[in-house]
Amino acid sequence: MVEREQKRKSQTQRDSEELHEEDVQAKNESAEKLKADLDDLLDEIDEVLEENAEEFVRNYVQKGGQ
Amino acid sequence: MAITKVCGIETEYGISVLGSPDANPISVSSVLINAYVSEAAGRVGWDFETESPGNDARGFSFETPVNVEMETHLVNTVLTNGARLYVDHAHPEYSSPECISPRQALMYDKAGEEVLKRAMKASKRFMPPGQEIVVYKNNSDGKGNSYGCHENYMMDRSVPFAKIVKQLTPFFVTRQIFCGAGKVGTEAPGSQGAVRFQLSQRADFFEEEVGLETTLKRPIINTRDEPHADATRFRRLHVIIGDANVSEISTLLKLGSTAIVLSMIEDGMLDEVELQILSPVYALRKVSFDPGLKATVDTTDGRSMTALEVQWSFFDVAKKYFERDGIPSVGTLEEVTELLELWEDTLTSLESDPMALRRRLDWVAKMNLVDGYKERHSLGWDDPKLAAIDLQYHDIRPEKSLALRAGLETLLDSKEVGAAVFEPPKETRAYFRGKCLEKFGDSIAAANWDSLIFDTGKDPLRRVPMMDPLKGTFNHVDGLIQKSNSALELLEGLGA
Repeated sequence: MVEREQKRKSQTQRDSEELHEEDVQAKNESAEKLKADLDDLLDEIDEVLEENAEEFVRNYVQKGGQ
Repeated sequence: MAITKVCGIETEYGISVLGSPDANPISVSSVLINAYVSEAAGRVGWDFETESPGNDARGFSFETPVNVEMETHLVNTVLTNGARLYVDHAHPEYSSPECISPRQALMYDKAGEEVLKRAMKASKRFMPPGQEIVVYKNNSDGKGNSYGCHENYMMDRSVPFAKIVKQLTPFFVTRQIFCGAGKVGTEAPGSQGAVRFQLSQRADFFEEEVGLETTLKRPIINTRDEPHADATRFRRLHVIIGDANVSEISTLLKLGSTAIVLSMIEDGMLDEVELQILSPVYALRKVSFDPGLKATVDTTDGRSMTALEVQWSFFDVAKKYFERDGIPSVGTLEEVTELLELWEDTLTSLESDPMALRRRLDWVAKMNLVDGYKERHSLGWDDPKLAAIDLQYHDIRPEKSLALRAGLETLLDSKEVGAAVFEPPKETRAYFRGKCLEKFGDSIAAANWDSLIFDTGKDPLRRVPMMDPLKGTFNHVDGLIQKSNSALELLEGLGA
């Protein structure tokens, strides 16, 4: 367990050093892309989500099972 | 040496009828399954009215090559892929065939979704205009009613059950951090309103540490002792604590990590590890209620650990165990290597950046949708739209499924999954069951997990026992099945 933590920590340190060397602009772009992806996804949800959410949720009643 | 972890998943699907919310779920589940059977058998125009799902059809064959009825009064069929498709507790249930590895069990779980999709399509012509059967691969209706997704693993009977309980419980309390399917809110008595989003669908419904129940006072470790095999050699560990996963990666991790831990228990790898959680039922909910993954659980030796730390401690032993002999009980070297890498990558990401797993794990994918939607429309946590997203995540219709839209990474080839809808696994007794149904269905009076009963017309019924899940494989029986022109010839060849 202790050994594992050390290994993971050193991995994390390496990662963060590499991160520091990365171009800040590239990071911003990837954050923008992330947001654009999520926006597209939410647009799609708006399209397919059951129109009357309240009724949809209320009507979904199941008998208990295992 | 740990024995092969023959495994599989049984899923009770949620069911509802668009246009008729009060429809009887038992009748509707029967329509759904009968529709699949008629479709798969190619019986276009099959008269549904003449088939009464309420009849006791003990030993009566549907006279089709693809299924027979099993011994119960509800609709109950066996498919040529070796799976069982039936009505259980007012839900349609698909029990996968016995699989040789977690990787294969994942494939047959997905094949089950495909069966249900086809059943939904087939059921359209049996429903009145304006009504449609829809099934959901989830575990709760958000109103306190839960239904299960159970895993089964073959274990060595010689391992004391008390040891399994002791060593497995901490793993079960914490594995939800990667195999939880996520839920908006909570249905646990007394907690309503206190939880916005939790990791697990099922954690709300567990009240005991160990027990026989599955529908009330559900226990973390279920003691059902029904091996469906030689009881002197095998145990079937019946796991009721899991969520129904849509994500292939969550499903594989759930099956794979559990199969590895069970092998470690059999091989004594955890005997020296002192890790027991105080109040496991309380801890289970505490972990589930904290998607930030910071919650700690207390151990009996006075430590305070996060779920991630508990999982790392299992993983560390697994890694050493792997170095010993590659864990052949859980799959090929390639499969186990993939599993361990996935397990390690997942724990690492959960530690540093859980949202990076939004295309991998169900709970993260769902939380990403719910959080994003809530922000965009400035909704409160009690807005029914968020509950609707939770529910619709599990709708298995491609045109409606939100899980599908979340862009989940996949591991399987869709052609392989399509084949697994009809073809049984080659490496277990499911092969014998499935292929006999395909070729000699007319002569099979009844089928069960551990036997087939043949009716050859003249003799008394003849039972072929299948008490070892690793016998009756392609290698054992395919030649004989190929060359037999009748069930009688097959039985003679078997010496049965």
